[in-house]
Amino acid sequence: MINFQYARASDVADAVRQIAADPAAKFIAGGTNLIDLMKEDVERPSQLIDISRLPLRTVEQTEGGGLKIGALVPNSDLAYHPLIAQRYPMVASAVLAGASAQLRNMASTGGNLLQRTRCAYFYDTATPCNKREPGSGCSAITGLNRMHAILGASEACIATHPSDMCVALVALDAKVHVAGPAGERAIAFADFHRLPGKTPQRDTNLEPNEIVTAVELPARGFATNYTYLKIRDRLSYAFALVSVAAALELDGSTIKEARLALGGVAHKPWRDPAAEAALRGQAGNPAVFAQAADVMLRDARGYEHNSFKIDLARRAIVRALTQAARGTPQSQSNKKIL
Amino acid sequence: MAQSSSAARMGPEKLPMPAKMAVTLHVNGVERKLTVAPWTTLLDALRLHLDLTGTKKGCDHGQCGACTVLVDGRRINSCLTLAVMKEGAQVTTIEGLAQGNTLHPLQQAFIEHDAFQCGYCTPGQICSAAGLIAEGHARTADEIRELMSGNICRCGAYPNIVAAIQQAMGQS
Repeated sequence: MINFQYARASDVADAVRQIAADPAAKFIAGGTNLIDLMKEDVERPSQLIDISRLPLRTVEQTEGGGLKIGALVPNSDLAYHPLIAQRYPMVASAVLAGASAQLRNMASTGGNLLQRTRCAYFYDTATPCNKREPGSGCSAITGLNRMHAILGASEACIATHPSDMCVALVALDAKVHVAGPAGERAIAFADFHRLPGKTPQRDTNLEPNEIVTAVELPARGFATNYTYLKIRDRLSYAFALVSVAAALELDGSTIKEARLALGGVAHKPWRDPAAEAALRGQAGNPAVFAQAADVMLRDARGYEHNSFKIDLARRAIVRALTQAARGTPQSQSNKKIL
Repeated sequence: MAQSSSAARMGPEKLPMPAKMAVTLHVNGVERKLTVAPWTTLLDALRLHLDLTGTKKGCDHGQCGACTVLVDGRRINSCLTLAVMKEGAQVTTIEGLAQGNTLHPLQQAFIEHDAFQCGYCTPGQICSAAGLIAEGHARTADEIRELMSGNICRCGAYPNIVAAIQQAMGQS
């Protein structure tokens, strides 16, 4: 790990001031991803600005009937928060599908959004990687790419975003509140993470020196007909090959409203309005679900080792929508997929 | 946030040499004052500075759980935490679980159920299980297995580890 300076921020404005004063500094909160990347020499900050003591640890009800989750709320506190468990169980389920109990105790809500890809070439400083060293090339496109993207990738990068929580948040139309030198703003969740394009070194649309302060959930929680289905190489504590957040509002058997997002398949949590439109107003049956899956995956493209993920995603979408329609969400402890 | 890691790259001759920092930790109920470099992990502070070598360094990347300790009552991976970030915190390691010569119920249960072979993962398993019991979210064997998945046992003692935790849960 590189030698670095360490400082604590006293409030959000101080954090913004401190990071603006040192272009090579980074914020640290839970540290679960950043310290690991520093040990691998992928991240080499001159200074860590510790924001873990800032007062961003509350979950508050909003006037609009939603919830505002402070950026420092630990993942485990979020998953087990009574209001999240009751009103946004898809978020709780997605959080509990990720990482381990120890990591969830440490990792923050904001940090979950900002975690970096687990592409092995991004981690391996001996290999080219456009995300780590812009312009050096992508090793994954012609390398071992079994875990990599099937949607929205570019010639520069086929990495995936690793978060489970973010898949549920994008499906639920969450907002990201940030503060920076120019003041505060809110970013729609779907606009927060980026596709790689020619600039895969940029994971998000955060501007320089901005800090995530909160994530806001709207009132609509889809607490009755939802699931978070995660398919991975081992039953726990592994990143997704494919994951599906599916949420429905039903009128009898007719789908009034549908939300569908995928994890493990793209550089950002992947939500597609066209796939949701293919569900809306239809009967909730397997043929309709399969049609929506085909729409969702219409532009999917596999690489040498990951083409299987296209079929896997198609079947996982149908299964997840079936679970959501039946009101039988995937258990994150009993791993049997029903 | 500055996202380009290359922006921070410097030659070795330009590495900053920040001053060491004073940190106070309350380890197993005892106040310990340390002077550590900012990049010292909590794990290294415990093992190298305080000679508490019960907490193990396995992968050093948060993947194996051997370094699990309790900080302010919550189980965490001490390898992914900086000691300076834990100023003022209460830290409990495997050395702090027994009461004098009376083993913690989890320690006793691990012995009774033969819940280890080589023993390297055991301090992390036991601290993690102590955190699991305090959290109170596990009832069934499935839930124990899921919520203990951050602790790897390469000897494969998992069935006995689950049995030991179930026994200790029954006592708590």
